[in-house]
Amino acid sequence: MPMIAVENLTKSFQIAERRAGLWGAFTGIVHRKYRTVEALKGISFTMEPGELVGYIGPNGAGKSTTIKILSGILVPSGGVCSVMGRTPWRERVEHVRNIGVVFGQRTQLWWDLPVTESFDLLRDIYRVPTADYNRSRDELIALLDLVPLLNTPVRQLSLGQRMRCDLAAALLHTPTLLFLDEPTIGLDAVSKLAVRDFIKRLNEERGVTVILTTHDMDDIEALCKRVLIIDEGAIYFDGTVGDLRAKVTNERRLTIDLKDESATLLTADAEEVARDGRRITLRFDPNRVTAAALIRQIIAEHDIEDLFVDNAPIEEIIARLYGGRRA
Amino acid sequence: MIESLTPYGAILSARFRTLLQYRAAAIAGLTTQVFWGWIRVMIFEAFYLSSASEQPINLADVITYIWLGQALFRFIPWDVEKDIQQMIRDGNVAYEMLRPVDVYWLWFSRVAAMRLAPTMLRAVPMAAMAVLFFGMTLPPSWSAFGAWCLATCGAVVLACAITTCVTITLMWTVSGLGITRLLPGIVMALSGMSIPIPLLPDALQPILLALPFAGLIDMPFRLYLGNLPPNAVWWTLAIQGAWSLAFIALGRWLWSRGSRRLVVQGG
Repeated sequence: MPMIAVENLTKSFQIAERRAGLWGAFTGIVHRKYRTVEALKGISFTMEPGELVGYIGPNGAGKSTTIKILSGILVPSGGVCSVMGRTPWRERVEHVRNIGVVFGQRTQLWWDLPVTESFDLLRDIYRVPTADYNRSRDELIALLDLVPLLNTPVRQLSLGQRMRCDLAAALLHTPTLLFLDEPTIGLDAVSKLAVRDFIKRLNEERGVTVILTTHDMDDIEALCKRVLIIDEGAIYFDGTVGDLRAKVTNERRLTIDLKDESATLLTADAEEVARDGRRITLRFDPNRVTAAALIRQIIAEHDIEDLFVDNAPIEEIIARLYGGRRA
Repeated sequence: MIESLTPYGAILSARFRTLLQYRAAAIAGLTTQVFWGWIRVMIFEAFYLSSASEQPINLADVITYIWLGQALFRFIPWDVEKDIQQMIRDGNVAYEMLRPVDVYWLWFSRVAAMRLAPTMLRAVPMAAMAVLFFGMTLPPSWSAFGAWCLATCGAVVLACAITTCVTITLMWTVSGLGITRLLPGIVMALSGMSIPIPLLPDALQPILLALPFAGLIDMPFRLYLGNLPPNAVWWTLAIQGAWSLAFIALGRWLWSRGSRRLVVQGG
């Protein structure tokens, strides 16, 4: 049985429109105009236990709306949704006992209390038996390196420290399903790596099922085998990162460091996309010319110090995908 | 039963610990209350000295009434719960709905914590000072004291039910500026906090006593003074209980409506 089964899920919001100007504000008191925004236009997908899925899309695409429906916070306008055999918003209390949620832009810790007291409060709110709690807490503290932070009030933590604590807070009751809404937003490189590494271990070692929304394509590349792409309330891609590349472009990049800065490099099989001093980046279609043939051709004509072949950056692929749909 | 109350008790104790971090605020609050108490006592002394006719409640009782009010000032439902207000404003209310508990009772316990923690910190020193230095008297009998204790418990439940209800309305108004301006005026005037209800016009008495607010201040205080006989506590508890149930029912209904129309910001 799939862990999550979503079928034709829709959600529309009524938004009061405010007319501009003083007269507009005045008429607004008497007669309100509403505009309906369709945040989700019938999305369907399933997820198996143990999967780690990246859920991506531009701002306002419907990512957070989906997460909020799946976690039981929002009631959808229509459609079927079953998470671990339950309908989240109908059986909210039972449902939320088994899930963990982190909203990267918010914190669930008590602002004025030391971290460890927030953890104890969550133990009481989730009614976790003391022995289970102690085991789970100690494990998370070790994994996320939280010992130096435990007695600090949350308001004094840096964003990266706070995010590590928030991740622990979402997992104290050992949920089997974890929703992460932009967990790396605003973090520095070191914190990002720590968070990523933790998510990976959680999924691989503890078998926790994870849905991750992010704008950071490195998160996707590092963590997710499968990606769902949503835009304007509809899912239009569901597959592996490899499939995604193949769908948009199979273009490759060849980056070359020349010995001579002034040399020009011309070849009919590849196109220059960037030049920075002695470093040149070319793009080519591996169906027209193999990497080996292209490299042979270039080495024959130029003095080269170093080179490497790479896939097109996933950021560009996504941007092209969004752009292509809008065009 | 005890097991099922754990989450709510935890909220209460966290609030205490948070509050204890702000000792300066407690001392400042105490000073303000002593100051206001003095002013109010002076006003009533002037009023009694200039009045020739017999009043329904004597000056010594009014002074005790005032100091009791100053000591228990913080549990009157005159404002909303700030943490919940902030959560509604910035969308963190989402996290409240992720807790495996009844959100109404979670908020009720947040409100109870917000009402009780500062009251318990300040009431005892304030009352002790008032008895020792400012002319507050002790209850005339143990039965009056007992009746007051019971009625105070009823008043706390009622105050929390009203506050929770008002706080939930923020899900519609968000800023709550209107209600937080209106509420203190209504509650202070109708509960007896500004002027003890026995001093108000006779025609208003039955109305004021039937409204929910007299159960907060006036009835418990008069039990303390012996102005109401100790056995009037049952009537007091009945009124407090009926209004508490009404406000709890209204609050739960509002919550179920509000949570359905909840729009948490974000795409």
